[in-house]
Amino acid sequence: MTTPRTTPRTLVEKIWDGHRVGAATDGPDLLYIDLHLVHEATSAQAFDGLRLAGRPVRRPDLTLAVEDHNVPTDSLVITDPISVEQVTTVRRNCAEHGIELFRHGDGRQGIVHVVGPELGAVQPGMTVVCGDSHTSTHGAFGALAFGIGTSDVEHVLATQTLALQRPRTMAVEFTGVPAPGVTAKDLMLALTAHIGANGAHGHVLEYRGEAVRGLSMEGRMTMCNLSIEAGARAGLIAPDDTTTAYLADRPRRPTGEAWQRALAHWETLHTDPGAVFDHTVTIDVADLTPMVTWGTNPGQAVPLGESVPDPEAYPDPAERAAARRALDYMGLAPGTPMRDIGIDTVFLGSCTNGRVEDLRAAAQVLRGRKVSPDVRMLVVPGSMQVREQAEQEGLHEVFLAAGAEWRFSGCSMCLGMNSDRLPGRERCASTSNRNYEGRQGRTARTHLVSPAVAASTAVAGRLAAPSDLDRG
Amino acid sequence: MEPLTSHTGTVLPLRRSDVDTDQIIPSEYCRRLSKTGYQDGLFARWREQPDFVFNDPARAASTVLVAGANFGTGSSREHAVWALRDWGVAAVIAPSFGDIFRRNALKNGLLAAQLPDEDVAQLMARAEQDASYEITVDLAGCVVRWPGGSCPFEIDGRARRLLLEGLDDIAVTLERQDDIVAYEQGRPAWLPAFAPTGGVN
Ligand code: SF4
Repeated sequence: MTTPRTTPRTLVEKIWDGHRVGAATDGPDLLYIDLHLVHEATSAQAFDGLRLAGRPVRRPDLTLAVEDHNVPTDSLVITDPISVEQVTTVRRNCAEHGIELFRHGDGRQGIVHVVGPELGAVQPGMTVVCGDSHTSTHGAFGALAFGIGTSDVEHVLATQTLALQRPRTMAVEFTGVPAPGVTAKDLMLALTAHIGANGAHGHVLEYRGEAVRGLSMEGRMTMCNLSIEAGARAGLIAPDDTTTAYLADRPRRPTGEAWQRALAHWETLHTDPGAVFDHTVTIDVADLTPMVTWGTNPGQAVPLGESVPDPEAYPDPAERAAARRALDYMGLAPGTPMRDIGIDTVFLGSCTNGRVEDLRAAAQVLRGRKVSPDVRMLVVPGSMQVREQAEQEGLHEVFLAAGAEWRFSGCSMCLGMNSDRLPGRERCASTSNRNYEGRQGRTARTHLVSPAVAASTAVAGRLAAPSDLDRG
Repeated sequence: MEPLTSHTGTVLPLRRSDVDTDQIIPSEYCRRLSKTGYQDGLFARWREQPDFVFNDPARAASTVLVAGANFGTGSSREHAVWALRDWGVAAVIAPSFGDIFRRNALKNGLLAAQLPDEDVAQLMARAEQDASYEITVDLAGCVVRWPGGSCPFEIDGRARRLLLEGLDDIAVTLERQDDIVAYEQGRPAWLPAFAPTGGVN
């Protein structure tokens, strides 16, 4: 029998073991949290709980707050009374507990999952939590990062720990090299369509393979971001040269001697040969084409070149019923080619696809072209730094010349908590992560797409890929 | 929290799978700063349809929700749990749950019991026929009981103990304060930290 020390371990197990507080017991482990990201929409009740119990925030220095969910993106002045109340509350709570807060209007403000990485505050091997399900984004750095509810936000504020059962693990092997124009978004929609919106339930995913290694950090963040849409608790990617190159000039990276020590540690952060995952899924990406959703959960996706599926073709009765209901909500008939679906609004933004690389991909399509007169296009940078970078590159001029709106940063139409909501039964091609009923407006219809497909769709007025535009 | 050992109630059958937290409570109802008062937002859009089960007068006092697979998938909003609780729902039974939803539910004393597909299908069918059909979710025994049948369910041992004894989650963790301090002393110095902005205003 091998001793525990020499047993090959997965990356998740290494991070887990390195963050267990005290000795292992048969119950859940107490896991130490290295970084707690906070935003205004899920924290007020947690701070109230601390106040009622007379408890301090244990580690304000490991806590970082932003204003993103409620803030307007068409103005740097907040006028909506409820938004004012929300930000006033988070400002008071952060001031009272000595927590650093990036306010609406600050040059470092942005969506919480864009801001943390661009600061260099998320590093390999860390544990990261936030009261938002897309915290899985930070797994791109080889961190174990997951979303929590408000009770757990309070627990972390008070103790800097969480009591958790060790998760199951799943290896997701993306083999082969994707064709040009096939992005991390498409890979993840293909995975979710393959295993279902709950296919990774209870697991932490480790993305592996050539196609993953070839992704930029932005692409890896998109990939890990969408883990939750496959039902996973989290998703991560082992750090490599791409990771360290991204971190090398970030403000909160370790410096000097500490950088060297950090690098040495990061080199140990990979799944050992022979380590065992609870499950493995393999997806060959070589034949993938851009994906788009037709239904009301992210697993209801097909290649753009295909048609709306026929619910009666599903053998499983629950799936059949769900597909029927989804098509009814989406106002789509089975057999309609996806490319024939006309679109009213295009939303380019969110923590999934609101980074500068995403804006570049969309601008490349829009350069010298016009958004269709029937379409409204919103471009909402993921952070104020993304906005600034894009402006330095002149991307905003491309968007404005094409007829798109160029906004400030926030969650915006991803969840429609601010005024960016779709009226009536409008249909939207969106680079965000959720096509749920009512997500972007009471009766609005959402198709999830990559940034390049979003931009092409804006030009064509119907779901389209860049190659469709060249055909005229 | 009050100790909780078991709950018995009649059923709200919701024959849908992948019910996401945006359906349980749309984001525009999540903007309150309190932990209560969310019942108006519960299934707000689906309740616009008169035949939606939550509009059935015969089930106005029902407290056990039986739903399809992957209930509570989606966002981390604990408002989904608060809204169910504020409506009067005390237990949810489904073949599977969104992970964060299930954890949030147990933190708030909303019993979330995962049962095999066949059992859920059977309970769903019977409850649809009979609004007075009663189910018991027994936390002490980790078993769901119905007329003529029962099935055990699994629950995290810590969550179960907290609920059975009515303990404060944070207080229980803080009993391990010494372990937390010891862990902190061993953390590598290079890990990022933020300058506290300081001061009480
Ligand atoms: S952009 Fe959307 S998914 Fe991302 S943090 Fe904001 S609301 Fe959540």
